Amino acid sequence: MSNNLDIASIRNDFPILNEIVNGKQLVYFDNAATTQKPHLVLDALSGYYEHYNANIHRGIHHLAEKATSAFEQSRRRLQTFLNAPLSEEIIFTYGTTDGINLVASSYGRTFLKAGDEVIISTMEHHSNIVPWQMLCEEKGCILKVIPINDEGELLMDEYEKLLTDRTKFVSVVHVSNSLGTINPVKEIIAKAHAVGAKVLLDGAQASSHLHLDVQDLDCDFYSLSLHKIYGPTGMGILYGKKELLDAMPPYRGGGEMIKEVTFEKTTYNELPYKFEAGTPNIADVVASKFALDYVDTLGKSNIAAHENMLLQYATEAVKEIEGLRIIGQAKEKVSVLSFVIDGIHHQDMGVLLDQQGIAVRTGHHCTQPLMRRFNITGTTRASFAVYNTTDEIDLLIQGLHKVKRMLG
Amino acid sequence: MTINEIQDELISDFELFDDWESKYEYIIDLGKEFPPLEEQFKTEENIIKGCQSRVWLNAYLDGELLKFEADSDAIIVRGLVSMLVKVLSGHTPEEIASANLYFMERVGLHQHLAQTRSNGLASMLKQMKTYGVAYQAKSFNAAS
Ligand SMILES: Cc1ncc(COP(=O)(O)O)c(C=O)c1O
Repeated sequence: MSNNLDIASIRNDFPILNEIVNGKQLVYFDNAATTQKPHLVLDALSGYYEHYNANIHRGIHHLAEKATSAFEQSRRRLQTFLNAPLSEEIIFTYGTTDGINLVASSYGRTFLKAGDEVIISTMEHHSNIVPWQMLCEEKGCILKVIPINDEGELLMDEYEKLLTDRTKFVSVVHVSNSLGTINPVKEIIAKAHAVGAKVLLDGAQASSHLHLDVQDLDCDFYSLSLHKIYGPTGMGILYGKKELLDAMPPYRGGGEMIKEVTFEKTTYNELPYKFEAGTPNIADVVASKFALDYVDTLGKSNIAAHENMLLQYATEAVKEIEGLRIIGQAKEKVSVLSFVIDGIHHQDMGVLLDQQGIAVRTGHHCTQPLMRRFNITGTTRASFAVYNTTDEIDLLIQGLHKVKRMLG
Repeated sequence: MTINEIQDELISDFELFDDWESKYEYIIDLGKEFPPLEEQFKTEENIIKGCQSRVWLNAYLDGELLKFEADSDAIIVRGLVSMLVKVLSGHTPEEIASANLYFMERVGLHQHLAQTRSNGLASMLKQMKTYGVAYQAKSFNAAS
């Protein structure tokens, strides 16, 4: 199969893959929603709680120092993961959604004013739509949307037409969770910068599949979730350029983010702590380093090669299913296969595949405007990760035949 | 038949099936046979909020009895909906409000009533009982 990876031994790293679901061996194809976690990450989580659980930064005892050091080591690990110039440009968040809200709220409310324009795209996840709508409503800004073609690719000509000297912010998804499309973000960023706009990339999906380099991209902000990169839930990071983060006011107030508090006036801590009020999610932050180490051990390009092979295999295999239409046929895609089948409701599909132990995602995938663009209410989405195999795809195809027979 | 007699009958129907396929094929058949709700009742008001599939529920009083009609755009949910209607429709509001629905659990379909299914079925059941309570109050008010 894949030239460089031993998939059978990789599967052994993920205990959950041995689960029996409805009497069948689990086939897990819901990786775009969240990936499973390897032993390395699970051990890091329990290791933290068993050996050095302590609140960080403030304590001076042994455990606190050990926890603080592991916590800050994760920050530097994420810095290298994104190739960010400075470790204080890495802000710990609860996930992609939280990071986007931080920027919309802190940067948006400070630097945008009535009449300014914000650009998003048709294929955004709700978490990259709603925060901007809330901002636009509050400040009287105008939200514009880049259209897409039938393959699920952004219309770059139309994007250029949307850019004006009133464009202050562009926030787009790096890789679409519903379609798998990889967007030409470098070009998007360069064009936005040419009119003086700042750019945020929603990296929720891109981060597990693509090599990331925020300096090469020159993006102003990058938001991602570790639970989609074999890491823990409830933990993510926001990268931001230091000069922007420095100019932004804190997003939440509380402990940790202050320098000095009196009842008259509080001075704020420096980056990154200014944006990290309260006790953070220490265990998950600590464990996230191990998720990235795991990815690095396998090699991101090896992972991508395996996933692309699976995508091609599956794309070819579903052709034999009559009435099946793939939603999202961009030239540049990650391992996401979204489809509809004539006359079959995606929920019925989900229920009947689940009975066969196959976990896929059905519905609108938190991208309702995108579903409307394709005139559908939802899709069935199979998304592949490094531990998936062509045998599992064969089971999916068998499963689809069975569903068609039962509903036919 | 009482609500519990209908439930017990459904439970014995399901005893015939020894694998998931025949069970679901039966539900799919129920879904196909269930008469569609007239378009005029597929209103915003009658829609039950579910995430993936839409469910409509219409309720009306027929003499003393509270009756339900329903529909869904997904066929399995339609089949499940038809069972809920079969069990609860045509009883007094009191009976509906106080009914204890045990058949879903007994036939091994309780996972469809879980919130995570986001198919609106749990909300539909709640709504049916709410109608029972509401009509109960109405007839009480009318009588007094
Ligand atoms: C493209 C995209 N953006 C944002 C999110 C939100 O991520 P989270 O729920 O981890 O904040 C997701 C995850 O579903 C996603 O796929």
